[in-house]
Amino acid sequence: MSQFNAVKNFSRRDVLKLFGATGGGLALGASGLTWSPAVMAQSQESRLNLFIAIGDDDKVYLTCHRSEMGQGIRTGIPQVLADELGAAWEQVVVVQGLADKRYGSQNTDGSRSIRNGFDKMREMGAIARTMLEQAAANKWQVDVAEVSTDNGKVVHVSSGKQARFGDLAHAASQLPLPDVSTLTLKPAKDYTHIGASHRIVDMQDMLNGQAQYGHDITLDNMLHASIVHPPVVGSDIASLDDSAARKVAGVVDVIVMPVFKGAPLFQPLGGVAVIATNTWSAMQGRKALQITWKASVNDSHDSDSYLKSLVDKVSKPAKVVRQQGPEVSDWPSEQTISALYTAPYLAHAPMETPAATAHVTEQGCEVWASTQTPQRAQQVIAAALGLAEEQVTVHVTLLGGGFGRKSKPDYCAEAAMLSAQLKRPVKVCWTREDDIQNGYLHAISAQHYQAKFDAQGKPVAILQRTGFPSIGSTFQEGAEYPAGWELDLGFVDVPLAIDSLRCEAVSATAHTRIGWVRSVCNIQHGFGIGSFVDELAVKAGQSAPQMWKQLLGPLRQEQFKEQGFQYGNYGEDLARHPVDISRYHGVIDAVEQAMLAHGKPKANQGWGFAVHRSFAAFVATAILVEVDAGKVQVLQAISAIDAGTVVNPDRAKSQTEGAIMFGLSLAMMGEISFNQGKVQQSNFHDYPMLRMAQCPAIETIVIASNAAPGGVGEPGVPPVAASLTNAIFAASGQRIRTLPVNQHLKV
Amino acid sequence: MSNKAMKININGQSFTVDADPNMPLLWALRDMLQLTGTKYGCGAGLCGACTIHVDGEPARACLTSLKQVADKAVTTIEGLEFEQLKQAWAQHNVPQCGFCQAGQLMSAAALLAKHPKPADAQIDEAMSGNICRCGTYTRIKSAIKATTGGYQASHSAAASMEVEA
Repeated sequence: MSQFNAVKNFSRRDVLKLFGATGGGLALGASGLTWSPAVMAQSQESRLNLFIAIGDDDKVYLTCHRSEMGQGIRTGIPQVLADELGAAWEQVVVVQGLADKRYGSQNTDGSRSIRNGFDKMREMGAIARTMLEQAAANKWQVDVAEVSTDNGKVVHVSSGKQARFGDLAHAASQLPLPDVSTLTLKPAKDYTHIGASHRIVDMQDMLNGQAQYGHDITLDNMLHASIVHPPVVGSDIASLDDSAARKVAGVVDVIVMPVFKGAPLFQPLGGVAVIATNTWSAMQGRKALQITWKASVNDSHDSDSYLKSLVDKVSKPAKVVRQQGPEVSDWPSEQTISALYTAPYLAHAPMETPAATAHVTEQGCEVWASTQTPQRAQQVIAAALGLAEEQVTVHVTLLGGGFGRKSKPDYCAEAAMLSAQLKRPVKVCWTREDDIQNGYLHAISAQHYQAKFDAQGKPVAILQRTGFPSIGSTFQEGAEYPAGWELDLGFVDVPLAIDSLRCEAVSATAHTRIGWVRSVCNIQHGFGIGSFVDELAVKAGQSAPQMWKQLLGPLRQEQFKEQGFQYGNYGEDLARHPVDISRYHGVIDAVEQAMLAHGKPKANQGWGFAVHRSFAAFVATAILVEVDAGKVQVLQAISAIDAGTVVNPDRAKSQTEGAIMFGLSLAMMGEISFNQGKVQQSNFHDYPMLRMAQCPAIETIVIASNAAPGGVGEPGVPPVAASLTNAIFAASGQRIRTLPVNQHLKV
Repeated sequence: MSNKAMKININGQSFTVDADPNMPLLWALRDMLQLTGTKYGCGAGLCGACTIHVDGEPARACLTSLKQVADKAVTTIEGLEFEQLKQAWAQHNVPQCGFCQAGQLMSAAALLAKHPKPADAQIDEAMSGNICRCGTYTRIKSAIKATTGGYQASHSAAASMEVEA
């Protein structure tokens, strides 16, 4: 019961300080901050704060409140906690946090779990360590300043006394929580777990087939649902004949799901759910459904003609979103080059399709979901069922990939709605076809770039226009212009030191659910600027790295002051996460050096290069290709990432490797197209992913840094597409400005 | 088609399942036998996430019906006894999300059973049916090359245990 005293000793001011909520800072997405580091101790363990409990068995239970989808967060967050705590890695047991506002935001996207959590996790570790040290000092009757933790023990060096955490934990849990301002954090040189490439904690389970993903949840009495979603977003059922479906062995029920109203939000799409005792019967049942669909406003959507209209729009003056220096109205053709780049819709296609299992009872709803955003799932389910959020318990399974798809909990609401109706546990697993045809797509886009050279061939003015249906349209009906934060993703925030830089955006109506895919608008913007700078370099007879350095200009921290826009910087303070030209140079130089070490490219081969800052990290990428007989083979990729302080260098490398693959997949083969409002692709045969035989040799360089930790999961993606097409140009003279590459060359 | 009680041999155990003989083994494993290590990725033999061994040969469980494995020995990830391969996977820290890795391991084991020291082209050929969206291919290749000791695939359908499902 003493924990209540502990709470009293821990002031609200301290809580707010921990989460940076003082001085008008962000409250980490938690509306009405209810977070507290102190919770009730449990019987077998002594809880020192919300993230750390210590067992009588000397195990250290560390809570990961973010979702694991391959980025290694279930290893990374515990590493940060364990470091300040002074725990031995062998003691650590990782506990997956439920949806719970006390953790602050649990939304695992935007490459921000470590970026936002690093300081707080260290403070949590230091709070627990300080309490263990105080408990030892009390027991040994020594000055607490002489007590420290080391590799899982509390030690008093001068007397040689030491104790296990487990032996002190109960006493420690009785102590008041220390004031955050009194905590002493380790200097970087003393880190033990931060900066160590610990093996991922789920390794053994993954190798033995025991790891639990959303697809793998099995509850007693559970039914399986497979849902036919409307083929065109917004269309409703005109007629349904389910008599044949109901005769399929194993089919239990057929349930019509309501079509969403208004903006899509995270509402289920609607459609027809076939409920069965096993997945296959549900899938067989849906094949036997006879459904006709009503007209939808999106019936006429055709991606080819839509792209043409975007191209037209970006070829004309549009809404100014940033103006640096005076506007240039004189563009003499002999001094101007211009280029138009397009990229198609993309689907996330995580290997594990969206999946959730729900069990609705009179008490509430319990959900097990492969979700990037358990709190949002909780809210959406509560709204769908008319429950209070506290009545919805959300367990987070491992995610078989997320890439942004599992930030949208529409499928969690589907499971909850079906369980409520059937009064039994229901598992919803989307088929691959559902996933590719009914997701929240990365927007189709067109971009126009033009530059004016002076008499010496130096670029003096750049005009750039971007057009794509906004993610805002998913949340607000009729949103037609890109949101400011979307333009901040690689469009207005490239720190070009040029006399005149004008950025414009066009309007675009959405005809499908627009979502965010790994690196979001940086995908098209990184392709656009990365390609155009290469074209400028070719024109000037320079290398791309040289041209980049010229355009980036003097070493400085760009402030974007007085340019008609407020740079969002991924929600980060520019002082802590600066747009630092020297860090651009760091990754450019690292990649250039690695590229040169490979020697001169052979006949039909060429290197491409691009650099991009996103999610507060800097990444340069070079790619070597061979183009022969109309086919491109990617031979080598090199990426250098400066993400500031890196918690687990091996995971930063693996994420950067994976980002190269993700970028290559989308640039080489990624395309979702629409005809009469319907997605034309359906599975991996027509929406292909990179396979091993297409995979280049890869070299990744993680820049050593003590700067504030930046993002890691996404920043490696944006420079890849441009680096690839630039390489194809270098190898063959063919400039590819419309993605994907397989429209032009065999891959 | 109506249900039928069928005996199938999985990982050295004999199970009886009462199901449509046309049901793909994938769904019997996952939904009826709770052997969920074998994953659904595409349902069309395109991604390899459901790779298993049938009499030692790699097969896609999503395209393999129950009636096709009636007298065969099936090995799934839960029954894969190839410690050197798993150690190599761990040493190279191969998995990211891990979802496709059971299928990758099953394909790799089948390759190494035939070619204990495979060339790059053999690895590419054997593994190109397995998609990894996280992009762990270079590490998979390194781990396969680092695996010492071949793999003896199980060919025996002899039941050691009877289990009703």
